[in-house]
Amino acid sequence: MSIEQHGRGTGSAGAPTGVAEAEPPAPGGPAGGGRPSGVRRTPLPLALLRNSWRQLTSMRTALILLFLLALAAIPGSVLPQRNINIENVNRFAAEHPDLFPALDRLGGFDVYASPWFSAIYVLLFTSLVGCILPRLRDHLRALRAAPPPAPKRLDRLPRHAVLTDHDGDLARIAAALRGRRWRVAVRGDTVSAEKGYLKETGNLLFHLSLLGVLLGVGLGSWYGWHGNLLLVAGPENAYCNTLQQYAESELGHRVDAADLPPFCLELTDFTATFLPSGQPESFRAETIVEQGDRAPYRASFSVNDPLRLDGASVYLLGHGYAPILRYTDRNGVSQTSDEAFLSIDGNLTSEGVAAFPDVNLDPVTGARNPDLQVAFEGLYLPTAPDSPPFTRSMYPAERSPAVMLFAYRGNLGMDAGIPGSVYRLDQRQVSSGRLTQIGEGKLLRPGEKWTLDDGTSVEFLGTRQYVTISARYDPGERIVLISSALLLVGLMTSLFGRRRRVWFRLSPAPADTTTTGRSSLLEIGGLPRTEYAGFADEFDRLVAATRPDPATEEGTD
Amino acid sequence: MAALSDQLLVVAILCYLLAMICHAVEYAFGTRSVIGRAAARPERARVLVGAGVGAAGGTGPADEPGPVADTALPDTALSGSDASVPAGGSGPYRAVLAGRTAVALTGLAALVHLAVLVTRGIAAERMPWGNMYEYLLSVTFVGVVGWLVLLYRRPTLRHLGLFVALAMVLLLAVAGLLLYVPIVPLVPALDSYWFVVHVATIAVSSGILLLGAVPAVMYLIRHGHDQGKRSFPYSLGARVPAADTLERLTFRLHAFAFPIFTFAVMAGAVWAEAAWGRYWGWDPKEIWAFISWVVYAGYLHARATPSVKRPVATWIAVLGFLTMQMNLYGVNIFFEGLHSYGGLD
Ligand code: HEM
Repeated sequence: MSIEQHGRGTGSAGAPTGVAEAEPPAPGGPAGGGRPSGVRRTPLPLALLRNSWRQLTSMRTALILLFLLALAAIPGSVLPQRNINIENVNRFAAEHPDLFPALDRLGGFDVYASPWFSAIYVLLFTSLVGCILPRLRDHLRALRAAPPPAPKRLDRLPRHAVLTDHDGDLARIAAALRGRRWRVAVRGDTVSAEKGYLKETGNLLFHLSLLGVLLGVGLGSWYGWHGNLLLVAGPENAYCNTLQQYAESELGHRVDAADLPPFCLELTDFTATFLPSGQPESFRAETIVEQGDRAPYRASFSVNDPLRLDGASVYLLGHGYAPILRYTDRNGVSQTSDEAFLSIDGNLTSEGVAAFPDVNLDPVTGARNPDLQVAFEGLYLPTAPDSPPFTRSMYPAERSPAVMLFAYRGNLGMDAGIPGSVYRLDQRQVSSGRLTQIGEGKLLRPGEKWTLDDGTSVEFLGTRQYVTISARYDPGERIVLISSALLLVGLMTSLFGRRRRVWFRLSPAPADTTTTGRSSLLEIGGLPRTEYAGFADEFDRLVAATRPDPATEEGTD
Repeated sequence: MAALSDQLLVVAILCYLLAMICHAVEYAFGTRSVIGRAAARPERARVLVGAGVGAAGGTGPADEPGPVADTALPDTALSGSDASVPAGGSGPYRAVLAGRTAVALTGLAALVHLAVLVTRGIAAERMPWGNMYEYLLSVTFVGVVGWLVLLYRRPTLRHLGLFVALAMVLLLAVAGLLLYVPIVPLVPALDSYWFVVHVATIAVSSGILLLGAVPAVMYLIRHGHDQGKRSFPYSLGARVPAADTLERLTFRLHAFAFPIFTFAVMAGAVWAEAAWGRYWGWDPKEIWAFISWVVYAGYLHARATPSVKRPVATWIAVLGFLTMQMNLYGVNIFFEGLHSYGGLD
């Protein structure tokens, strides 16, 4: 053991000098876990390869890669990300048309799936494996090996003591050490002991758990899926878990649409309570679930309290109102719409469209007249003000609900095959004159009816609640959770564990110092291999415990 | 109760301000020798011990600042930068008095600070961690308690108090002026046990990491001073504890806080799973927590790497601190995310 190393004041304690920094301190002993380096001639490519590997698995490279990883994560917080909010990405694209394509090519809107981000973590984890495996092997070896033999000069160790008049009973010393859970080896007239292997165990556990976390994340992205949708209350709006039902969905690389577990969900009721300030206080969604062979059953869920089904969980993301509008056409035929209106502010002012493409049919042939389709663009106010303008709701609950409607007649453009938003009218139809507004806007309170210029009418019947939900499945979750727990345990044992060694050497005492029948000189040296504040104390207690005089031993123990 | 809490905040800031002034007085009147002695003590202690047991050259990296001396020297010699001050010379004496007053004021400020939190919690009928304002008050409280504990165990560090008090005044002022929101109950997304666990541990670890940045910066200053730099920030180095002591303290604080921070991030992930359906979604707050975690892991790594110099490692710790600040303020102010927490509309 090189004392100079310790006196230098840098470096991880115990690392033998001269060993490349990539190499962990060899726990096996002063001989070090040295690899056969440069002794045999190796062909150049192989040597190059080996050299790069060594570079990659060095602590310094790991450090640089860690730093790069942190740096590479930053753009994801600055630029909108596709997997989080696609609308923000589209808005960014519209606002910065010149910047967008270049950034997009660089993966700026999919940072965490981009090749460069992946490259960094793949390299980091390769480095990790390359670093940990040899260390693991060395540690397993060290766990089985005896503590290393004593260095020649115990007096050059950080801690040193000499006991004269010792009775020379090494077996008792060894027993005392074992009693304190030291690992002990007796060799001739020396005793070697080491303690604190758990530190390295913890370090290895920590780094291996990082691999476990990565594995869990990977499993989740391969075999997981999720879908988001908006579910309006009522049995006719119930949905079953098929891909087409979702407004937005994502399947893992190894998941097929047919793999989705079958279940059906009906929203029966939704309650939200609000504070006087309008801040939401609590939400609860009541549902009827049908799954497998079980009879349909009631279940409720909320924010922070998802609905757990077999093979999926359903999370409450948001809620709002769907006004029920009944339109009665020229033939006296009525149709009802309960399209969801999307809320645009905290007081749940909501906007949406009720479209009636199949009204005013030819009474004889029943054919659709493309110029007599009707739609209402509307603003729903759960708490409308008493006087105009009726543009903002005053409170999120339905204290004085009203819907502000704008009627349109003409061709809705729904047959063109171009999918339009269901919350907005197709503006192209309006600007081209194929769809014209009828009259001014009109405010309807529940039960009120508005008769249009052609005698048809629309009636506001009330509202239904709707929820936006996310159904998800992530098979990697459990692995990530377990790995994280292990990671934490490993981290703590590694950070707070302390590796240390002590050696005892007996030598015959010089004749003239002998005052009793005992005739041995016991030299003791101690080496803390890691930062350890209390080592001096522990060492002193050990020295006291090895004194032959039992009184002393009891006194200090 | 709510109004009381707000008024107490002003009192707390004033107390910290007074403490800061007293620390500054101590700083100004304290002679090089008094503080220098405190700073040099660990070395002296080590030599004595070395002589005692016959070890040469100290114990190197493996030893902690206090303990070696603790065992070998009478307590007073270590703990008493006050006790051993020469009676003569009113300057140093006045300085010590100011220093002690500063510590007492800091203690008083901490009590008032606690009262701010308690009254706020009572008024809101919940844990006072519901928004950025309350959260920052909690983090800084953890920081100041950590500082007082540290001071109790290592009185020689008292000169760092100036910077602690300065940080407290600034952070509380920011909280009160920029982040203040009236009391409201938690929005449903925050109403969860995991939320309590998450925010409590984040607050504790942030507080300690906040505190850890003080010796880190002081170490860098002191180190530069030891290298012969005398320009502005380094000129402060003359009056702070020894570089070694500061560096080890930096490490200990970070090593203590890092697992707590790790746990806090995990608790947040458990909560996120229940609230939003995914345990990790690269929300801006999550991104910056990830960045901080990686940077701090880098610090611990760097410190365990022999070829990386200690000042370099310490710079990484300072960088980690900056990323934490980014998460505390920057993310709430600049980015829009899921964390319904900013309270800045
Ligand atoms: C995924 C990235 C990594 C992270 C987040 C990470 C994190 C950490 C942390 C926090 C520590 C200090 C706590 C402890 O002692 O256990 C540490 C120690 C250590 N890491 Fe890593 N590490 C990573 C990758 C690596 C790699 C690639 C290597 C090998 C080149 C490595 C080798 C080590 C060693 C040898 C130690 C112990 C140092 C000592 O105390 O002597 N780590 N790591």
